[in-house]
Amino acid sequence: MKDGLRQSMAWVHTWAGLLVCWLLLLVFMAGTAAYYRHEITLWMKPELHAAAAAPATLAPAQAAQLAVRTLQERAPGATRWTIDLPDERNPVIQAAWQNPPKKDMTRQERRNALRDQNVTLDPTSGLPTAKPRDTRGGDFLYRLHFDLHYMPAIWGRWIVGIGAMFMLVAIISGVITHKRIFKDFFTFRPKKGQRSWLDAHNATAVLALPFHLMITYTGIVTLMFIYMPAPTKALYGDEQNTMFSDVFGNFERGKPADIAAPLADIGTMLQQAGRAWGVTPSRVAISHPNDAAARVELYRPSGQQLSNLEPAMTFDGVSGALLSETPPVSTALATRAAIYGMHVAHFADPLLRALFFVCGLAGSAMVATGALLWGVRERQSYAKVVANGGRVGFGVRLVDALNIGAIAGLPIAFAAFFWANRLLPVDMAQRASAEANWFFIAWGAAALLAQIRPTRAMWRFQLTVGAVLLAGIPVLNVFTTNSHLGVSLFGGPGLRPVAAFDIVVLILGALLGWAAWWLGHKAKQKAAKKQTAADAGSTSTMEPV
Amino acid sequence: MTTITWLYRGGVTARAVAAIGGGYVLAALAGALIALALPLPRADAVTIATLLAFVIYPCVILWVFATRSALRACVGVAATCAVLGMVLWLVGGTA
Repeated sequence: MKDGLRQSMAWVHTWAGLLVCWLLLLVFMAGTAAYYRHEITLWMKPELHAAAAAPATLAPAQAAQLAVRTLQERAPGATRWTIDLPDERNPVIQAAWQNPPKKDMTRQERRNALRDQNVTLDPTSGLPTAKPRDTRGGDFLYRLHFDLHYMPAIWGRWIVGIGAMFMLVAIISGVITHKRIFKDFFTFRPKKGQRSWLDAHNATAVLALPFHLMITYTGIVTLMFIYMPAPTKALYGDEQNTMFSDVFGNFERGKPADIAAPLADIGTMLQQAGRAWGVTPSRVAISHPNDAAARVELYRPSGQQLSNLEPAMTFDGVSGALLSETPPVSTALATRAAIYGMHVAHFADPLLRALFFVCGLAGSAMVATGALLWGVRERQSYAKVVANGGRVGFGVRLVDALNIGAIAGLPIAFAAFFWANRLLPVDMAQRASAEANWFFIAWGAAALLAQIRPTRAMWRFQLTVGAVLLAGIPVLNVFTTNSHLGVSLFGGPGLRPVAAFDIVVLILGALLGWAAWWLGHKAKQKAAKKQTAADAGSTSTMEPV
Repeated sequence: MTTITWLYRGGVTARAVAAIGGGYVLAALAGALIALALPLPRADAVTIATLLAFVIYPCVILWVFATRSALRACVGVAATCAVLGMVLWLVGGTA
């Protein structure tokens, strides 16, 4: 600060990064997993795998008609039906309904009720499949990414938002401080202690720098009207809701007429939209079915554009006439929607989505190596003290312990969540919450153990546990499901996400195992070196870890 | 480690407050003014202004830590906030 720009930016980079790095690691890992939210949900419902394996033979129009038939049986008086038709990322037909809200229902009760108000249909027969186990699936990780858990969602959003702001500042100051940013990217000096960690941090940061900058800014933008209400206040005063309907589109669904009227044929509307768009709609939403005021909205599948505002067509549910198409939005609103769309990446085809996933992993590695780097550097100032049998300072010990609990502990938490999905009794009450609890039980235990003994042995122990748990998932599948790798690899295309999940956790487990092995290997080398040095009769020169 | 004085600590604290708190207020005021100034429909103006506020905020934070002294940082942020606040008050955007 008293020195040049580069030094002051280095200071900002260090502290903005260190203060929130453990929170950021959770957000990064959960967000990275959430790119495959639907695939994870499918994996976590093995009851659907048989139906998913069969190729979808029903025409979309026919599938929608069969879904409507089931909804007529199960929920004729619902306020809204939604039908998701099979596509690349969803091999089955999903039908859900919302009942008129009861007055005394809490938010949690309503959410729980919603989870029961859906049915999955076989894509070949259109008949309901066996009821899948109660799980939040990938949605848990998606929500964890910005709502956190065990607290009101709005608190979580503020905490994550503040973390994201720190991250944004850390990224920009990191770039400024880094003189030879592109040259250093091609520099990796392995097995050189602090230098190697710095190189690893630089490589993971620079490699995916556009992604990191994009994902942090766009992440803030997704909730920017909550974080920064001043411009809204200036233009709309207290009518914040007017702004929301102006910017996000009018979600007013109208009121029911309370006059019974039969629903027009969905298939015809689907064909009309399909002809106009060149692709069949992927989602059907019907408000006030069987009422004179029924409306049918058809949505175009994502993947055609960056923006997350998918074009829709609205039909009169009784006459079947086309009422409106989504009007084109202004440049400013399209920009916001595109920025939002970039964050959630619904547009991405499989290859690009995989690239985003890898970038997310790189981001996690960047945060992790940055956190480690602080400890490594700080430890140097204690080198003499430690050599004389003293202890490192409180700050170093705390950061070491938090690093173990986050970097090695979080993979254990994710693995525990997936193990709980397979091992908890299928008919257990509150099963979905219990799965989420296991995530935090495992993480809490790892973090606590790390605080008690923040040693190299603890690093190895937790990395090994994470490796065994993650790589063990495909093995666990053999005993608990009928869709293990031996089946899913050779099954229909609908089972590809299930197979990919198993392969990805296997690779991640192997990486953790390699890290654990490498730590042990290094410890042995160091002990040997110390021994030779002692034999030579010289005093050992302490090296930072 | 031993060279850290209370003056230094005070300077860091002042900069942190100026960056996090002052920077937010500055970005909010600037965002509100931009929203009022843009000759666009309300929805467009509010969107662009809020997007820009989150570009201004990190820039202010970095300036606060990059500038020569903590005093300069505090005065700079406070003065800019005062000017922006005054203009906003004159325009009557707080209604």
